Amino acid sequence: MGYMTDRKRAEGLGSAHDGTRHFWSMTVSSVGLLVLVPLFVFTFGPILGAPYEQVSSYFARPFPAIVAALTILVGMMHFKNGVQVAIEDYTDGLTRKVLIIAAICMSYALAATGLFAIARIAL
Amino acid sequence: MADVNRGNRPLSPHLQVYRPQLNMITSILTRITGISLLVGAFLIVWWFIAAASGPEYYAYANAIITSWFGDLVMLGSLWALWYHALAGVRHLVWDTGRGFDLDTVAKMSWGVIVGSFALTVFTIIVI
Repeated sequence: MGYMTDRKRAEGLGSAHDGTRHFWSMTVSSVGLLVLVPLFVFTFGPILGAPYEQVSSYFARPFPAIVAALTILVGMMHFKNGVQVAIEDYTDGLTRKVLIIAAICMSYALAATGLFAIARIAL
Repeated sequence: MADVNRGNRPLSPHLQVYRPQLNMITSILTRITGISLLVGAFLIVWWFIAAASGPEYYAYANAIITSWFGDLVMLGSLWALWYHALAGVRHLVWDTGRGFDLDTVAKMSWGVIVGSFALTVFTIIVI
């Protein structure tokens, strides 16, 4: 017991048994987004509203494309886990399950659509 | 079991009987901004898929997103993004077990509010 860390002691507790992992995934994605969000705001912001040709050539460059792709991917995964907690707080039973499944499907769908679009513009 | 003390016990706080506090409002706003950011995410992904499908559809989607109403939604999303980011930093600080005394909580609350507006204005100026 003396050698166990605080995190190891908490893992597997609670009714769902994976709350620690959920919490940790939110921590990791939030720190990641703290780096990605400013990069995204200041690379995506100036090009929003530009003519089509300019947008295509801009996202053909690696940096803006990779930043946008990562922000959408990490952002949607952060949303998926974050909104699940909100749903669990305010609903129960079948409603809760339906909403959580819908939120997960929508998060992956948005992430996949965004990644596909950026890949298509970039390549 | 007779409950002789019925009605005279300390009740757990509930939204309708709780005096609004800065900390509570900033905390609720964190959740509201986080969920509302879905709207901005939808618009941005739509903009990308429009740009991927060709000039005509891009022109259509781009015109809607940069219309006055689109600008309003994007501006709101921008503020929500900065607010949620700063409030998230506050949570990361709390997660380390620091900053729980009322004075620090109040300072961080104002920091989040003022900071989110300052960053929004800064972004508008830069972009």
